[in-house]
Amino acid sequence: MPHDPPAIDDVLATVTERFGALESTVFRGQTSLIVPEPQSFEVLSHLKEQGFDLLVDVSCVDYLEYRGAKQRYGLVYLLASTTTNQRITVRVFVDDPEPRVRSVEPLWRAADWLEREVWDLFGIHFAGHPDLRRLVMPEEFTAHPLRKDYPLQGRGERHNFPVITRDHS
Amino acid sequence: MALNMPGRQAMPGKIELPENVVVSRLDELANWCRKNSLWPMPFATACCGIELMATGASKHDLARFGAEVFRFSPRQCDLMIVAGRVVMKMLPVLQRIWQQMHEPKWCISMGACASTGGVFDTYAVVQGIDRFIPVDMYVPGCPPRPEQLIQAIIDLQDKIQREGTITGREFDTSQRQLRKRALVEADQLLTLDAARNPVAQRELSAAAHRT
Repeated sequence: MPHDPPAIDDVLATVTERFGALESTVFRGQTSLIVPEPQSFEVLSHLKEQGFDLLVDVSCVDYLEYRGAKQRYGLVYLLASTTTNQRITVRVFVDDPEPRVRSVEPLWRAADWLEREVWDLFGIHFAGHPDLRRLVMPEEFTAHPLRKDYPLQGRGERHNFPVITRDHS
Repeated sequence: MALNMPGRQAMPGKIELPENVVVSRLDELANWCRKNSLWPMPFATACCGIELMATGASKHDLARFGAEVFRFSPRQCDLMIVAGRVVMKMLPVLQRIWQQMHEPKWCISMGACASTGGVFDTYAVVQGIDRFIPVDMYVPGCPPRPEQLIQAIIDLQDKIQREGTITGREFDTSQRQLRKRALVEADQLLTLDAARNPVAQRELSAAAHRT
């Protein structure tokens, strides 16, 4: 049976000591820390110093027209410690028109492709990323298709190819 | 095809053939060779590829129809079997591989996804490969059973024997045919869907509201 991850009260205490009281939620023993965008790099850097040496995932949620949402994009950083098994989720909210956050690639190399994926699909700009190109969509693609205002069937990109007939081949 | 039967009397005014001589058209001979040595190019991108492998394996034994030599180089193939969904990032690759194959060549669109996009009606999935490359045979199913693929290959063999010419004139003829109705209508599909679909309407109005 899976166990709840070890408590991280000691880590949260050091965060509060250095950055003041940040908003946080706990669900079934899993702690989420909500960090204002200007402080995100410093808080994540601090968490790395506290032993969170593994960046499990960087992802994003588009809260467009979501009930009670104040900002549109919610970034999700999942961190884990390979020595203590502690886990923490860090949420950073950014908004239109130019969603931007500082890249954590200098802290965890794993962030390279994870942030490229978020840039590709949500259009969040990661300042300081060494190579911010699209990861999954074709290079010439212009939209960010996991945004909620992007139509499911696209804007005709999937029909936009040369037709090869028997004459051409 | 005239066969010189042993013991048969030569008719006056007809050419008498020596024994063991068969008279036919060169086209017929070329078609007979071509249809019985189809070398498939397996363009397998999804679960249809598993059935394609089963078709080539011992139980279903595609070798019975002369098509067991799967080659992974398009330059050695004359039958492309597109088995699975093709996303828009893969389509240029598909077209390039098709162009690298030598004439004469044929294409089987295997399964619902390759033929129509299947259930994947999303921004990234091509809604039928026949919009962008020529297709000779469609196999329905999700995925089709190996028997269905074998039937498609048998049908393709019949088609090659029936229509094939040594100069490939039949490909010119198919070129002159009208575009399929579904493909002509495809250009209007997006707007039609938006008019009928409340979710799409909300998306469009939300996008217009922001800009």
